[in-house]
Amino acid sequence: MAKAAIQAVGINKSFGQGQAMTKAVQNVTFTANFGEMLYVVGPSGSGKTTMLSMISGILRPDSGTVKLLDTDIWSLSSDDLADFRLHKIGFVFQDYHLFPRLTTAENVAIPLILQKRDWDEAIAEAKKDLEIVGLKGRADMPPVSLSGGEQQRVAIARAIISRPDILILDEPTASLDGDTGRNIVSFVRTKILTDKSCIVIITHDSRIYEFADRIVKMEDGKVTDADMENLNAQ
Amino acid sequence: MPGILRIAYKLLINDRAKYAALLVGITFAVFLMIEMTSLFSGILSRSSATVINIGASIWVMDPAIQTVANSIPLPSFMLDEVRSIPGVKYAVPLYSGSALLKLHDGTYQAANVIGLDDTSLFGRPELINGKIEDIFAENAFIAVQDSEFYKLHNPKIGDEFELNEHRGVFVGLAHVASSGLFGIPTLYTTYNRSLQYIPNTRFTITYLLVEPKTPEDVAAIKKAVTADGYLALTHDEFIAKITDFYTYHTGIGTNMMIMTLISFIIGLSISGQTFYTFILENIEKFGALKAIGAKSRELVMMILFQASFVALTGYGIGVGLCSGMIWMARLYLPDYAAIITPMNLSVAFIMVVLIAVLSSYVGVRKVLKIEPFDIFRG
Ligand SMILES: Nc1ncnc2c1ncn2[C@@H]1O[C@H](COP(=O)(O)OP(=O)(O)OP(=O)(O)O)[C@@H](O)[C@H]1O
Ligand SMILES: [Mg+2]
Repeated sequence: MAKAAIQAVGINKSFGQGQAMTKAVQNVTFTANFGEMLYVVGPSGSGKTTMLSMISGILRPDSGTVKLLDTDIWSLSSDDLADFRLHKIGFVFQDYHLFPRLTTAENVAIPLILQKRDWDEAIAEAKKDLEIVGLKGRADMPPVSLSGGEQQRVAIARAIISRPDILILDEPTASLDGDTGRNIVSFVRTKILTDKSCIVIITHDSRIYEFADRIVKMEDGKVTDADMENLNAQ
Repeated sequence: MPGILRIAYKLLINDRAKYAALLVGITFAVFLMIEMTSLFSGILSRSSATVINIGASIWVMDPAIQTVANSIPLPSFMLDEVRSIPGVKYAVPLYSGSALLKLHDGTYQAANVIGLDDTSLFGRPELINGKIEDIFAENAFIAVQDSEFYKLHNPKIGDEFELNEHRGVFVGLAHVASSGLFGIPTLYTTYNRSLQYIPNTRFTITYLLVEPKTPEDVAAIKKAVTADGYLALTHDEFIAKITDFYTYHTGIGTNMMIMTLISFIIGLSISGQTFYTFILENIEKFGALKAIGAKSRELVMMILFQASFVALTGYGIGVGLCSGMIWMARLYLPDYAAIITPMNLSVAFIMVVLIAVLSSYVGVRKVLKIEPFDIFRG
């Protein structure tokens, strides 16, 4: 049996109070394994981002536990949790969040720099990773001079530079055209995923469903396992 | 330099427009603050010129005196009275007053005349031309070669003039530590000659200059003088009293403080505003850094580093500009009084630090408040 990278048990999160209260995530139990590329799909507002934020140590659940690599992350102090994220989790945000005033390589090197690695060493590694994501020669350009797809690759290079065990991508293809989106996810699947890592992708994009090992569906804050054909038919 | 500070540095200086605006704001504020306070320091130092130049340890005067410029003469018995105080090594009279000179070409010029004690010449200036003994010669005066000297038409030794219908002759040119505030030349002569040339009231001693036997005697001397109804101040106390007068009783000080405050506010608003937009523009990126695993403390360090870097650079440029301007102004305006003192530099420095602290305070609060979840949600 595959070993679990992520184990969330009975997590809940609501926003607001009284009449205005939204139960964004309700009693969700969720597992993701090493070597697995897992999708979380579902309509807008169904709680996907909220759930993944709790699972990746960004948003504290109201109740329930989250174990990443056998660590109960919500029992860590906030500094320890930050360190855990820094070393074990890679994030790709929907709108990249690259610093426009830094070069592409400097952007990619940020996690290593936060890990207090030597500057030149970090930049050298960032350049290597840019090569891996197919952006050789773009290292010294500002990220704004790159296309959307290229910027997404930069964001991915930044997310993988410290070789995290868990990679979280929120709508990585939302602002890309079909082919570019497919290329990127296919790239992540073949070049980044190993049997020692686990990738979770939030997406609406049925064009990339073919790359998933497993798809989890969210609706009204609840998780239901879905089979692929059903989803593709939707 | 730690990596995150290097990132902070690059974020700052790569944003040329904001970096320039920040520097201009701080430089401008520093320039104005130092210029204002230096001008004031210059005025203050000149207002105490006589005290500085004469250099006596203790000055005995009428308690109503507020500045060296308004003299209230002392009765001559005070000289013997002070000389008899135990602890007094010696005491001499000083005359200080103003007179109208008629220069050799017939023009009139006001001047400050200082009469030194005939026997000791205590408080005599350093001569750059002529011999001090010549002060005892007939009608002898020594002119001070300071920024006002040209108003005497740059006289040479032997040149003559008239002072209250008396003949006067320049026998020497002197150098003093500080020029006066009032824009008139200064002449030295003997105490007796000054009384002879300048009409006086019944009392003639402007100040009594006292040297104590030991520094420990100062307190007793002051007490004894007070008992006689007069005031004895040490050199520093007298300067402080004059400074106080110009600072609080002439409007010069208040105006200077208002101007300094305005410079501070202008600097603060330009820099604070720019720094705030700078932080706002990067706030989502700071949030992303937080999500990736930067600790709040590290983000605060980045912001403080950026603020202090701009503040110090602006301070340096401001100080440089101001010294340059004062130097230039002195070349063309000999009377230009501004002096940059360590005190002025510290005041401006504290103001700049305040600007940096206040500007970064808002940024720090923003960065502490940002939730990585909001960044994640987009
Ligand atoms: N900070 C918040 N304050 C109030 N309500 C929130 C907050 N964050 C999320 N919600 C609510 O929680 C619910 C789930 O939001 P979430 O962002 O997780 O949905 P999602 O499935 O990621 O949607 P999308 O596909 O549009 O990104 C929504 O109803 C949303 O309005
Ligand atoms: Mg979402």
